[in-house]
Amino acid sequence: MSHVGSGKAASSKEQTGLRYPSNGKTIYHRPLNRTKTAELSQAAFAYLFSEMVIYAQRRVTGIQELEKRLNLQGHPIGLKLLDLLLLREPPRSQTRPLTIIALLHFIKINVWTHLFGRQADRLEKSSNPDTPDEYMIVDNEPLVNAYISVPREMSQLNCAAFVAGIIEGVCDGAMFPARVTAHTVGGKEEGEMWPGKTVFLVKFQPEVLEREALLGKG
Amino acid sequence: MTIFALIIINKAGGLIYNRTFHEGLNKVSTNDLLVLAGTFHGVHAITARLNPLKHLQGAGGGPGNRNSTSSTAPSAHPGGSSSNSAAAGGGGGGSAGSGMSAQQLYQRPDPPSGLEVLETENFRMQCFATLTGTKFLLFTDTTQANVDLTMRRVYDMYADYVMKNPFYQLEMPVRCDMFDRKLGSYIREINNR
Repeated sequence: MSHVGSGKAASSKEQTGLRYPSNGKTIYHRPLNRTKTAELSQAAFAYLFSEMVIYAQRRVTGIQELEKRLNLQGHPIGLKLLDLLLLREPPRSQTRPLTIIALLHFIKINVWTHLFGRQADRLEKSSNPDTPDEYMIVDNEPLVNAYISVPREMSQLNCAAFVAGIIEGVCDGAMFPARVTAHTVGGKEEGEMWPGKTVFLVKFQPEVLEREALLGKG
Repeated sequence: MTIFALIIINKAGGLIYNRTFHEGLNKVSTNDLLVLAGTFHGVHAITARLNPLKHLQGAGGGPGNRNSTSSTAPSAHPGGSSSNSAAAGGGGGGSAGSGMSAQQLYQRPDPPSGLEVLETENFRMQCFATLTGTKFLLFTDTTQANVDLTMRRVYDMYADYVMKNPFYQLEMPVRCDMFDRKLGSYIREINNR
């Protein structure tokens, strides 16, 4: 009772402890396994992700529906990851990204490094004047697809739709509502440098661009 | 020094993968390959039960209840009489009952692995059977060195690119682009050495 109740008195008396450690870092400030470089088993993740794909494949009629389900599995991760990563930033840069470019850089650098241990390979804006709302994040070798060979009859499928869902969650959480899809662009020929090259197409809602234009003027 | 071909046989004796890595080999029809896989599976099962060494006899049977198995069904058990005598020998050293089976469990040798290498004047065939009964056959030149290592790498790749692929169905033919690609570049590297 004394621990939970009467907020101010208790917290000032017990500044240290599990909830308020002496260095001010809570359990949200670092990964559960203590060291910063500690990595997880890729084999374990591969088996887990493989089962996730199999699970998503149940009772679906088409490839688009399958991708939609993988996307939905990733979406809540992105929402929460945005909050977590911002919390871990130093206090003065703890604001959410306010422009499209800042948001995409945050995804390319912070989110990618947290999830995959490296940055995304490229960031592009659509060169097509008809689609100024489209941006592309390029990953030459998505970690989730490391062991996946998609059968020929499902060639449009890219299981990185899961990662697209995470990106979509980050965008939605930062109040930049968007649709994100994953597309394979690597060639199938022998000797291709990046056969698994994937483009994440980020298509923002019109109101986002409207706001961006207004901010640019002001 | 060349690696000629790889064949993977599932635990039921079905052919699930075959690929050649060398030009100028005679073509074998799919039907013949299927028959070959099935035949090899049978031969391998028989060789796993043949054992000329006295002190390792009966290693293929279960640990404790060998006597009862062989006495009830001696004809269904090719190694029946030999495993019977091995069990009797073990019983003579120790006491009867649970103590004996514990002792036998402790010093139970590896199960016999069956046919491992087949060598002819033209090629050498190495067989590797996984714990789950999948068999990898690697056909190489007779002078090929380090086939064990190559076999290990091939098994690693199978574990990575076939077993971790959500679209692969167990015991079915292997159709994984990634496996084909990685295997191809690995074997090419060895053959060009």
